[in-house]
Amino acid sequence: MEKEINKKTLTQLAKGLRQGQFSSEELTQYYLERIDLFNGKINAFITVTREEAIQQARAADKALAAGKSGPLTGVPIAHKDIFCTRGIKTSCGSKMLDNFISPYDATVVKRLKDAGAIMVGKTNMDEFAMGSSNETSFYGPVHNPWDHDRVPGGSSGGSAAAVASKLVSAATGTDTGGSIRQPAAFSGVTGVKPTYGRVSRYGMVAFASSLDQAGTLTQTAEDAALLLESMAGFDRRDSTSLNEPVPAYYDAIHEPWQNLTIGVPDNFFDEGLDPDNAQAVKDALKIFEKLGAKIKDVHLDHLDLSVPVYYVVAPAEASSNLSRFDGVRFGHRSKNVKNLNEFYMQTRGEGFGAEVKRRILTGTYVLSAGYYDAYYLQAQKVRKLISNEFMRIFSEVDLLAGPTTPTPAFKIGQKTDNPVEMYLNDIYTIGAPLAGLPALSVPCGLVQGLPVGLQLIATHLDETRLLKAAHYFQKETDWHLHIPPGYDERER
Amino acid sequence: MEWEVVVGLEIHVQLSTESKIFSGSSVRYGAPANTQANLVDLGYPGVLPVLNQQAVHMAIKFGLATQSEISARSVFARKNYFYPDLPKGYQISQYELPIVRGGHINISLDDGGNKTIRITRAHLEEDAGKSLHDDFHGLSGIDLNRAGIPLLEIVSEPDMRSALEAGCYMRKIHTLVRYLGISDGNMQEGSFRCDANVSVRPKNEDKLGVRTELKNLNSFRFVEKAIDFEVERQISVLEDNGQVVQETRLYDSEKNETRPMRGKEEANDYRYFPDPDLLPVVIDKNLIDQLRRELPELPDDKWERFVAEYKLSPSEASVLISNQASADYFEVVAEASSGRAKTALNWMTGSLAAALNREDLAIEKSKVDPIDLATLINRTEDGTLSSKLAKTVFEALWEGEGTTDEIIQTRQLQQITDSNAIENLVEKVIGAHPEQAEQFRSGKNKVLGFFVGQVMKACEGKANPEQVNSIVRSMLKAQ
Repeated sequence: MEKEINKKTLTQLAKGLRQGQFSSEELTQYYLERIDLFNGKINAFITVTREEAIQQARAADKALAAGKSGPLTGVPIAHKDIFCTRGIKTSCGSKMLDNFISPYDATVVKRLKDAGAIMVGKTNMDEFAMGSSNETSFYGPVHNPWDHDRVPGGSSGGSAAAVASKLVSAATGTDTGGSIRQPAAFSGVTGVKPTYGRVSRYGMVAFASSLDQAGTLTQTAEDAALLLESMAGFDRRDSTSLNEPVPAYYDAIHEPWQNLTIGVPDNFFDEGLDPDNAQAVKDALKIFEKLGAKIKDVHLDHLDLSVPVYYVVAPAEASSNLSRFDGVRFGHRSKNVKNLNEFYMQTRGEGFGAEVKRRILTGTYVLSAGYYDAYYLQAQKVRKLISNEFMRIFSEVDLLAGPTTPTPAFKIGQKTDNPVEMYLNDIYTIGAPLAGLPALSVPCGLVQGLPVGLQLIATHLDETRLLKAAHYFQKETDWHLHIPPGYDERER
Repeated sequence: MEWEVVVGLEIHVQLSTESKIFSGSSVRYGAPANTQANLVDLGYPGVLPVLNQQAVHMAIKFGLATQSEISARSVFARKNYFYPDLPKGYQISQYELPIVRGGHINISLDDGGNKTIRITRAHLEEDAGKSLHDDFHGLSGIDLNRAGIPLLEIVSEPDMRSALEAGCYMRKIHTLVRYLGISDGNMQEGSFRCDANVSVRPKNEDKLGVRTELKNLNSFRFVEKAIDFEVERQISVLEDNGQVVQETRLYDSEKNETRPMRGKEEANDYRYFPDPDLLPVVIDKNLIDQLRRELPELPDDKWERFVAEYKLSPSEASVLISNQASADYFEVVAEASSGRAKTALNWMTGSLAAALNREDLAIEKSKVDPIDLATLINRTEDGTLSSKLAKTVFEALWEGEGTTDEIIQTRQLQQITDSNAIENLVEKVIGAHPEQAEQFRSGKNKVLGFFVGQVMKACEGKANPEQVNSIVRSMLKAQ
């Protein structure tokens, strides 16, 4: 087995497998060992599917030998525990689903399986994807591999930390208000949230249906292109999935650079932004200038209302989506109840954590008779304004750029007592999902030894331009190649 | 004081789609519990609804048949409440933007007049499952076979002024949905259910009184009886200077009374909001035109045609068209018997109805083919069969002995109209009964009947009775 496999990207691993440099079983064994070695430190996995992974790897090796391989045949990946996986626990980070074995595969899981990927496990996450720090998980917080006292971001914190520490070369995630991009920035990996509807939501436990979108956490934009190509596309089981052809992202991002205009909204450079973080983003923009991009200062009206709009719409949908967790058909069920009301109250009282309850209460409130117009309806109107404003800007620029987060990763426990401060961490990432736009975060620097991210946003279905810009940026920089101290292979 | 009754109905029609409204599960009635519920119906984590277009088409057809507006864009909303037989914790329904709006149908009143009942809206929704509270030793069972079955909820304006009008409207809707082929209308199986909003107000008062909602009205008769009871109850409350409480009441058909639903019903806040899992239903003109072309002849049009074309009385036509299968049967018989509509109707209301009743069969299951019945009518008209023998042939048809002509042939039931043959018979009978012949000659005309009877007996009823009569008479006289 080669040395420093952990330094290899998903793309390189897929190629190495096809060229016979190593077998899928060796590779899978290698990552399972790294999980054994490091997961205790970071708690990135809720479930490790060791036996299934080895079995799948052996099958992949046969397929490779027979020349019947798909684009991802034999590559180990991990799924956020929000995706239903047949025969395997799908907890969504909640006590409510601690005993839930899904009887079916999510479309994302199925498509990646069909493309040949091996699942080594299910990653930790904020409970029902509600959180920006991975501290709301029933399975305990995930620790940022760059500093174990810090959060990895959330809600896809387990996936981000697993990829950052090279416990796996790529992982799936979901993004509702920033749940892929924010942890990607905090953990120093590439996180892509595609256009709403680009990837099927079927089999993804719903948080806020009009915002939820599956995406990728990888080392490079190239890896993201490779993975997304297999995940994306229309699914008749999801009425909101887009019936549009999936471009060959991987090939497309390797096309020659074409000049483009990048808008930099002043909205993203507010007083909450850490100056060093801001500097890293400005340095990144210089790289694009060097590549020939035109940088244009822009302003987006109404964007400052994103957080309040989001915290009406998302909890409203969540309050309804989470009603099905009632203990009747699956999941946690409280014992020793005297009547139906107690059955509901105790089951849900015991099964859900504090943040989930907070959002169910908020959502129930904003949908209630007498409040609906003032909150939910009003929020939908403002959402439309924000969306229109993005559309206006995209008639002037090709991409928008800015910081992914206001600061690098904060300390575990630092914001748990103040939900509003926690919510404000998503201030730069919430706009894109409100408008259904594709967006990504790429590592663009280290601030006091912690990674920070550059966010790029594109117009609907323009993932190609987004990924290509990120790919060219990564050809010019090496931030994405940094490995957190202590996670190098020689540390084994 | 004189009171006026005000009634509006909400009718839930189960649509006869192949599969459920948001999943591919079968909708067959009576399957073992929970065998027709897939992960979507069970509300499993991560599953999503996909709208069944067939249900949309059926709703549009109903809208077209009631001169309603078909919404170019309608929206599914979530009605949120907790109940164990509601798997997702919300019912997908339509709220602010229903698929069908503002139509009407006409009902005929007893005094021969017509009345227009306005239809406020009709919207698509999914049914809930069923809670089973018996047979589980203190626990409740849940059957989710019904969860997700498509319903069309048809809401009328409060345009009805009596229980009879309400019953009439309900029957009209029932006939219509069956004609449209969008529901089997089976009330025993719950495919056609009705809630009634009932209030009373002093005659000539414009303001509506406080209404109660009556549930569990699963037959036409119960709707009428429940409304009658409720009207009496409300009037007596008001005449005792009391106030009607706005509430939901259950009709108890055994006691023939309504009473408040068990337990106090809390004021539910359903927190309706548009379902983000489903796109708005966008209906274009082409689809509407296509479905309009697919519409069958509607009951009102058929009624007019039956009255005009077949010269049926209005009430005869009404009875026939209330059941599409009867109307179809009638039309086949009438057409194949050269338009002998009245005769066809007589057969249907006579022998056929009796036979169907006897074996408790619907007309669709009739053992007599309408073409055979038409042939039977033709053979009676052309003199091949006597009307008495026609009944015999009908019974033979019912027993499956063959076609009309085959039965006449094999049983040799042709009427004897040949005068020579009848004269031979009569001669033999007179020869055999000299005593009675003597009586005739001595003036006892009564014995004429005796001879006719004997002749008919001798020919097993096959001779034409009128001919026999006159031949007997002339031969006795000639002796």
